[in-house]
Amino acid sequence: MDIHEYQAKELLSGYGVKIAEGGLAYSPEDAVQRAREIGGNIWVVKAQIHSGARGKAGGIKVCKTHDEVEAAAEVLLGKKLVTHQTGAAGKICNRLYIEAGTDIAKELYFCFLVDRVSEKIVMVGSQEGGMDIEEIAATNPDAIVKIEIEPAVGLQDFQAREMAFALGLDASLISHAVKTMKGCYRALRDLDANMIEINPLTITGSGELIALDAKMGFDENALFRRQKIAELRDKTQEDPRETAAADRGLSYVGLDGDIGCMINGAGLAMATMDMIKLAGGEPANFLDVGGGASAERTEKAFRLVLADTNVKAMLVNIFAGINRCDWIAEGVVQAVRKIDMKVPLIVRLSGTNVEEGRRIIAESGLPIITAETLAEAAEKAVAARNQVVANQAAGA
Amino acid sequence: MAIFINETTRIIVQGFTGKIGTFHAQDMINYGSNVVGGVTPGKGGQRHLDRPVFNTVKEAVELAGAEASIIFVPPAFAADSIMEAADAGIKYCVAITDGIPTQDMMTVKSYLRRFPVEKRMILTGPNCAGTISPERAMLGIMPGHIYMRGNVGVVGRSGTLGYEAADQMKRLGIGISTSVGIGGDPINGSSHRDIFEQFEQDDETKVILMIGEIGGPQEVDAGIFAQANMKKPVIAYIAGLTAPEGRRMGHAGAIISSAGESAAEKVAMLLDLGVTICPTPAAMGETVVKVLAGLK
Repeated sequence: MDIHEYQAKELLSGYGVKIAEGGLAYSPEDAVQRAREIGGNIWVVKAQIHSGARGKAGGIKVCKTHDEVEAAAEVLLGKKLVTHQTGAAGKICNRLYIEAGTDIAKELYFCFLVDRVSEKIVMVGSQEGGMDIEEIAATNPDAIVKIEIEPAVGLQDFQAREMAFALGLDASLISHAVKTMKGCYRALRDLDANMIEINPLTITGSGELIALDAKMGFDENALFRRQKIAELRDKTQEDPRETAAADRGLSYVGLDGDIGCMINGAGLAMATMDMIKLAGGEPANFLDVGGGASAERTEKAFRLVLADTNVKAMLVNIFAGINRCDWIAEGVVQAVRKIDMKVPLIVRLSGTNVEEGRRIIAESGLPIITAETLAEAAEKAVAARNQVVANQAAGA
Repeated sequence: MAIFINETTRIIVQGFTGKIGTFHAQDMINYGSNVVGGVTPGKGGQRHLDRPVFNTVKEAVELAGAEASIIFVPPAFAADSIMEAADAGIKYCVAITDGIPTQDMMTVKSYLRRFPVEKRMILTGPNCAGTISPERAMLGIMPGHIYMRGNVGVVGRSGTLGYEAADQMKRLGIGISTSVGIGGDPINGSSHRDIFEQFEQDDETKVILMIGEIGGPQEVDAGIFAQANMKKPVIAYIAGLTAPEGRRMGHAGAIISSAGESAAEKVAMLLDLGVTICPTPAAMGETVVKVLAGLK
């Protein structure tokens, strides 16, 4: 789960990380009020969306008067910002963070992450701040410094000092840098974050170290014990279909194709989508209905898949282990009767009680296309989809 | 011989008396697994499924000679249960639990590394379907009847995709020595490579089928290991051709977040390493048949 910049800064400042003075605004009036409270004569109006590279998308505006702050806020609020991280759909900006302008002498890159390769926490830094780490890795990999931290021991001062020197910091800033790094480390551990990125970590003209941007990502598996973090979730920044699915205990990812899928198990779901592609089609979604696919859950999954108006055929592929094919078949038959499907449905059942499941589908009298194997299911789904497209073309 | 478990392996169930633990313990017993008891703190001394319940894993090891354990403990407490098993001297542990916090798994891994290799518990999972040595023992939640005994060692991240592979092979008359689920989490107990090492040593295993997916480096690491250290042929299928970058596909670890983590890239690297790739997920069985035929 991601959170906004202002939320990350609020959390990190509680751990001793220095940030510029700033405040949250939901309207242009709010924005001007925050600028007045902050004082000074230069402010930055920052769109709060769950994405990096906001500057390039026009989401960050430097303002020299209150009128400029107001105008910037007018433009940004309610606007959809498209970055390379948001995809074409973009993300809507509903909140602004108004921050005092910072006199930047140098920008550095700094982050902590839980690294699946070393199975440890890794601290990453670079003197090439402001750029994406992917960009730095591509253009100048030697400029990246990585230090592994043994979780049982924690971040030691010498490791933080090593990083601070690698970042080229002046001797006078080392102890402050160590404090900042240790603060971030504690935040990562205390709050079950899987990533904290400060980019840029800025050295100001007056020689201070400030987190000018901050990004935090959290482990969803740990939210049960991080209630305060869970409350920071902003559903406006998520795909509504995925959120709706997650709320129903289903795992859904919307894609650009037109063959809807309902499958049990993430691996089998990916494999079935691969099979659709290899048969010449494109999947409309990933959907794992999970182990205990009851009739109720099956109906919810059907509704979710069919809510995507691109869907021209739907493929159900269930390999029943703990599940039983007869239960799944009954769920499918019930769902089809209730929903009034307008696209062809292909069902492939395998595993426990498969004969009984197939009998229920056959005797339902519903126009369900059945398949025995994975390959046959994908081929039939693509053929049915092509037939729908041909019929539409003939009709038009 | 099979790896990790056979008909004599003394098995305990952690989270024995809970609903899920009870259901699957019964299923394992029905399959023929040698379940000698279970652990539920506070219920020690009772009997459940006609077997003793212990308060601690240590007691289960001392009194029932437990060697292997399966964990059905909820996510919040699962890491603790895994470490308890390791401390008590359990040799092989399967963690079924889905949803264990990543930092808890990081702690588990660093705890396990404290033991010298010869005393270190082998963990597979979490978030997996378990391990089965067909017709001998099942330490998992899979439908045992779809597995046939034979010479193919199977290692995979996904439960149901593993069932699909077992089913395809059985239809073609091919059996499995042991099938091991390593789970879909980013930090897991054992990697594909760790399981390869076991299969290479196992007389019964003639070829290895790896069922991988997008995300992380473990499939390619295993391929590198196989090329350098293994005589037995390796066959692989990597799921997730259609997965877009940066989107989590169900499993916590199934996400393309850096170079080399997509299915196409992994397939290309594995081909270079001499691994036979299944052209489609529907051809896992056929591909194994071809490789087996080439052995003689």
